[in-house]
Amino acid sequence: MKFTKLMTSVAVAAGLFTGPAAAEDMRIALVVKALGIGFFEAAAEGAEEAAKELGGVEIIYTGPTDTTAEGQIEVINSLIAQRVDAIAVSANDTDALVPTLKKAMQRGITVISWDSGVAEAGRQAHLNPSSNALIGNMIIKLAADHLPDGGEVAVLSATTTSTNQNIWIDEMNKVMGNYPGIEVVSTVYGDDLADKSYREATGLMQSHPELDAIIAPTSVGIVAAAQAVADAGKIGQVNVTGLGLPSEMAGAIESGASKSFAIWNPIDLGYSATMLAHQLATEAATAEPGAEISIGRMGAITLDETNSAAMADPFVYDASNIDAFKSIF
Amino acid sequence: MSALKSREAILFGAILALTTVIATRFPGFVTPTNLVSVFTDTSPLMILAMGQMVVILTRCIDLSVAANLALTGMVCAMINVAMPGLPMVVILVVALILGAALGAINGILVWKLSIPPIVVTLGTMTIFRGIIFLLTEGKWINAHEMSPHFTGFPRNEILGMPVLGWIGIIVALIMMVVMARSTMGRAIYAVGGNPHAAVYTGIDVGKTQFYAFVISGTLAGLTGYLWVARYSVAYVDIAGGFELDVVAACVIGGVSIAGGAGTVFGTLLGALFLGVVKNALPVVDISPFWQLAISGAAIIVAVAFNAKSGRSKGRVILKSAEHAQ
Repeated sequence: MKFTKLMTSVAVAAGLFTGPAAAEDMRIALVVKALGIGFFEAAAEGAEEAAKELGGVEIIYTGPTDTTAEGQIEVINSLIAQRVDAIAVSANDTDALVPTLKKAMQRGITVISWDSGVAEAGRQAHLNPSSNALIGNMIIKLAADHLPDGGEVAVLSATTTSTNQNIWIDEMNKVMGNYPGIEVVSTVYGDDLADKSYREATGLMQSHPELDAIIAPTSVGIVAAAQAVADAGKIGQVNVTGLGLPSEMAGAIESGASKSFAIWNPIDLGYSATMLAHQLATEAATAEPGAEISIGRMGAITLDETNSAAMADPFVYDASNIDAFKSIF
Repeated sequence: MSALKSREAILFGAILALTTVIATRFPGFVTPTNLVSVFTDTSPLMILAMGQMVVILTRCIDLSVAANLALTGMVCAMINVAMPGLPMVVILVVALILGAALGAINGILVWKLSIPPIVVTLGTMTIFRGIIFLLTEGKWINAHEMSPHFTGFPRNEILGMPVLGWIGIIVALIMMVVMARSTMGRAIYAVGGNPHAAVYTGIDVGKTQFYAFVISGTLAGLTGYLWVARYSVAYVDIAGGFELDVVAACVIGGVSIAGGAGTVFGTLLGALFLGVVKNALPVVDISPFWQLAISGAAIIVAVAFNAKSGRSKGRVILKSAEHAQ
């Protein structure tokens, strides 16, 4: 009992400290894993963009100071006390937040998760940054875009048992028919270790002298492969592409070892999460399997049987935009 | 002594045979340029293995080498980011001193508190990685943040071989002299061979073990900088699990886990054997699912060879007593 009292007083106190909002404004809370992370700051920027576009929406960007579920529960409790209209959360734990978020939904607050999901019982909908099929298509497209006459490509993956990478490679193989002339000559595994990935990339260039591109759908592998290509003096001959983070890949883009790579765009993600939360909170759309929901400039998403949806293709980064993003994440 | 020599001869033969087999499947492997690059690639492993050898010789083990490498490498990278203009010499000195200091922590705990080395270094291994996390909050330091001379130094070529490879050779030469010609080298073998006898000859066992850890730490620190510069990236998990490769190189090279037996040359060959295997597997087109099993089998075969050739019959010191039996 004492604990409940304490929680209530904490929540009330938190409520007191937030400034008064115009009564008619819809308040959407963007709860992130932790404050001070570039990726989430960028997502908040996207959320503000959506708010401006929608009008009459106030964004409350908040989160704990460290990436713990406990911290997020406290934050969400105070948001419930503030009676926000919607909560969009990137969760630190799939299950730990469920009871608190259920409480929020019982009070009529719209709850969605984005980026890092919450178990089905704890949210009305979930927004994935992308889908396995879209990623699988994107990684081969990145390589093929720079090979108009076809060519040899090889895949440098993480470990032989990495679930994500294996699914993406499977999805990639399914769409190979759309890229005539592109041949995947080998798939090797760098185990997400810099030294092994470097050695595997070097080996690829030796055993396939005609190699045109290395696709690395893993952030350690893509950086190591770019370094191996640069050290082998094959910049311009072998293009390294795949999935990586702008901050980690800035050097490879600068040196030319990588022409382009992809990963989700946090600004678009924050924007879309806000749009989705707004649509559900205004009851312009309902969260049910098969529902098609419009998310502004990002088009429309379709909820699957678990009420999850994929936002879009991974966003492509190249020399034209790397400088703007390398300081973000 | 002859047993040791033959053990190294066997290993040398094994490396040659292995290279020949690889050459039949992938002729490009034995071109001089590729052999130089294999040697250069193996250089960090050789340097670490020589440090580990010294520690194992004194009947200890240092599991914290890879974590020491990662921490020192990260600190070097952070210094480079903060002060890009700093000359290479300063970075190298920082790497050596910090590595030595981290090694000294292991040494002090083993020497003064008599904690078993495997426990000490298992602890410091996690602590060192934890410190990197505290320093960086898990963030990476990436190629574009490092200055070109920082990442370029190990790549500069002298007489066709990158500096990284030359550093491996220089360290090997220094270690050979230290182990064979210095009092410390003698003390290290004595402590591992028979600690009790060592005490009677006036050797401080704990202190010798302390120095062994400092040597291992210093070399790990040096490798830390080289590693970060070579792969142009520093983060918490670099060289994760590499300490096991280092111990494996020593064992393959004929360093006895029981202490007291092993040579610098053997250790070099052990590291080179692993280096050849690691560099060959990607080019000989073997299913990645088999690669781990092959690496493991190679280690066991090599060790079994060593154990067989190294098993001495025991020295007969009392002829008459033997006849009496």
